Amino acid sequence: MTRKEIGVFLLLLTLCAIVASASPQFLSVTNLQNVARLVGTYGIFSIGVGIVIITGGIDLSIGSICALLGVLLSMMLVEWGWSAAAALTAVIAIGGCLGAAHGLLVARLRLQPFIVTLCGLLLYRGAARYIADDSTKGFGVGQGFEWVRALASGSIGGVPMPFVVMCVVGVLAWVLLHRSVYGRHLFAIGHNAEAARYSGIRTRAVVTWAYVLSGVLAAVSAIILAFYTNSISPASHGNFYELYAIAAAVVGGCSLRGGEGSVLGIVMGAALLQVLRNLVNLLDIPGSLDFAVMGAVILVGAMADQLFGRRLRRGA
Amino acid sequence: MSAISKRFPGVAALDGVDFHVAAGEVVGLVGENGAGKSTLMKILSGIHRADSGEIALDGERVTMHGPADAARLGIAIIHQELEVIATLDVAGNVFLGREPHRAGPLYLLDRRRMEADTERHLARIAATMSPRAIVGSLSTAQQQFVAIARALSMNARLLVLDEPTASLGSAETERLHAVLNELRSAGTAIVYISHRLREIEALADRAVVLRDGRNAGVLQRGEISRDGLVQLMVGRVLERQPAKVASAALGTPALQVDRIRTARYPAVEVSLTVNRGEVLGVAGLIGAGRSELGEAICGVGGRISGRILLDGQPLAIDSPRDAIRTGICLVPEDRRGRGIIAPMSVRDNLTLPTLRSFARLGLIARSAEEKAASDTVSTLTVKTTSLEAAAATLSGGNQQKVVLGKWLALRPRVIIFDEPTQGVDVGAKAEIHRLMRALADGGAAVVMISSDLDEILTESDRVAVMHEGRITGILDRAACTPESIMQLAVA
Repeated sequence: MTRKEIGVFLLLLTLCAIVASASPQFLSVTNLQNVARLVGTYGIFSIGVGIVIITGGIDLSIGSICALLGVLLSMMLVEWGWSAAAALTAVIAIGGCLGAAHGLLVARLRLQPFIVTLCGLLLYRGAARYIADDSTKGFGVGQGFEWVRALASGSIGGVPMPFVVMCVVGVLAWVLLHRSVYGRHLFAIGHNAEAARYSGIRTRAVVTWAYVLSGVLAAVSAIILAFYTNSISPASHGNFYELYAIAAAVVGGCSLRGGEGSVLGIVMGAALLQVLRNLVNLLDIPGSLDFAVMGAVILVGAMADQLFGRRLRRGA
Repeated sequence: MSAISKRFPGVAALDGVDFHVAAGEVVGLVGENGAGKSTLMKILSGIHRADSGEIALDGERVTMHGPADAARLGIAIIHQELEVIATLDVAGNVFLGREPHRAGPLYLLDRRRMEADTERHLARIAATMSPRAIVGSLSTAQQQFVAIARALSMNARLLVLDEPTASLGSAETERLHAVLNELRSAGTAIVYISHRLREIEALADRAVVLRDGRNAGVLQRGEISRDGLVQLMVGRVLERQPAKVASAALGTPALQVDRIRTARYPAVEVSLTVNRGEVLGVAGLIGAGRSELGEAICGVGGRISGRILLDGQPLAIDSPRDAIRTGICLVPEDRRGRGIIAPMSVRDNLTLPTLRSFARLGLIARSAEEKAASDTVSTLTVKTTSLEAAAATLSGGNQQKVVLGKWLALRPRVIIFDEPTQGVDVGAKAEIHRLMRALADGGAAVVMISSDLDEILTESDRVAVMHEGRITGILDRAACTPESIMQLAVA
């Protein structure tokens, strides 16, 4: 593990120890399963956003994509009677296409990633509400797509399915980022896009694919999330999720300037956020404070990293 | 200024230089690239501090701790890269940092006074733009006048202009000179730095020549001539005899550049042939369009029209990638910004363009990559603690070897070096020259863009000299002398 990863790991461990000692409930199987389920769901899209952040970009559209795809998934299965396989394929394809659109606007038209995906955030939220006629969608008792529901609520040997899916995605992403040509090019562009171009790397294609991956992973999360909540109110479903993703990536060691980050770090970052939410729950802190607690802990972590890092540099 | 010395890490930029300018005098300051002109003027304007020597103003010794001190003393410098803020208007630039404000607690900008004063200063130099014009929308010449108006508004007693006419046309140059003549009559002391020796001839009361950080000579008005200046600029003894090169056995044409125009000099067409097995030196002063030519050939950008041929075949090169695939590689001038990816490891840098050859199904075979990188490191004798060390930790010379090492595995057919040994220590410099020659001997066509005249003279088989975008001459090895090159490089 890199220094950053060890730092996040220690932070995560400390936090778990604190919560566990304050509330024995934390270590109960049910609670751990619940946390793991959420870590899986949020971890998947966080990995996608992390990949975009490594290129030096940002993806703000995740929450709205979750809402739009959730609404569409419900309508495909319940109202239009599509087969589960067709609906899943369509949802993932749409996620990929939205990502491709972002990527092309960023890489070809040279629009700023913040603006492109901010417009995405607004657009898809509006589209979701319009398509659903602003009414809450769900899956009812759900016949014929039980196995899809199992992706969200099932488990294998006690491990919740979303966590399993995240592990699979994580391993694939780890290979892609840390062992493939594409991954090396991704980091090179994040560090120094000009030098990467001078080295013959197709920078625009590499960047575009990063957004496609982010869109696809957001779609996978959207499917799990839709069945997890089982009710999708288009105005609020997935609100702020892009910020969870960015926070997870940054806590996990990604630099918003690009070029830095790792899959393991991002996953641990996502876990850290969920443990914090769990902490608010278990310690009877008013639920209204959960964002504040998260913000405070991340801020303290960032300050510690900066001060600790600075001391290391001075010592060297 | 007397006995000014300044050392930068590794080099003595100035060594006991004396320089003075009187009120109402225009002094031309000339010298090759790197002769120390800019460093001297940066010391005069408080940007650098001299290691030794002193500066006196009206006979009184002064110490400057920054540009603000110089400004207070009435010293204004107009840099070659104009320091104007493109998004502000003319008045905003003229008064930047010294904005007049209205009475009252709010310190509101006194726009009316700013604009009126700006108008007055612009009128003095017969410039016609509105004080409200956004500077970014003005021509370079007009921006130059904005910078001069700013200097005037500071009541500068000493005005330093660094290559003020580099981007001006002849009519604008004349107007600038008229303004300077007027300022001279009004008693302003003026230092005029230019590679355009004709302008020095026309304008200066005295010409001071620097060479290798030392005073090389002074010519008074009347004895200033272009040839005399060139003589003083290059008059040096070569430290080494030119390397022995089999100049007769030059190969067949490899790279042909056919009537290329670049965005920097859109009106000029450049044609050039580089032979297999030769090192073609490209000499010229800074801003002559040499890097732009190299970048146009390598697909980086800036090519407006014209063809590039390799072995007689026209190539479609629209990106560095296209160029690399046909075997044309660039070792860029901006090593840290474009050559290496500083935070990445030596290994990652070395294998970046060839990564696919170590990969199966897109996955990197790490042992093969490791071996290739360590082979390159030992071939080029790159000094690094490990393959995992960040490229940023290497010395300049070793970073340059890494940039070169990226291309070696591709067996380039044409390789363009842009300032290959700038900021490189002597030992690494010799090694880079040796590698360059080895590439040529291996059949590559090598282009070496360099501002280092010694390097041009000792390492090139032929020398192309450029001036303001144009190739003003191609010299055979026998015809290459410092004087012959400098004659072609200046106007």
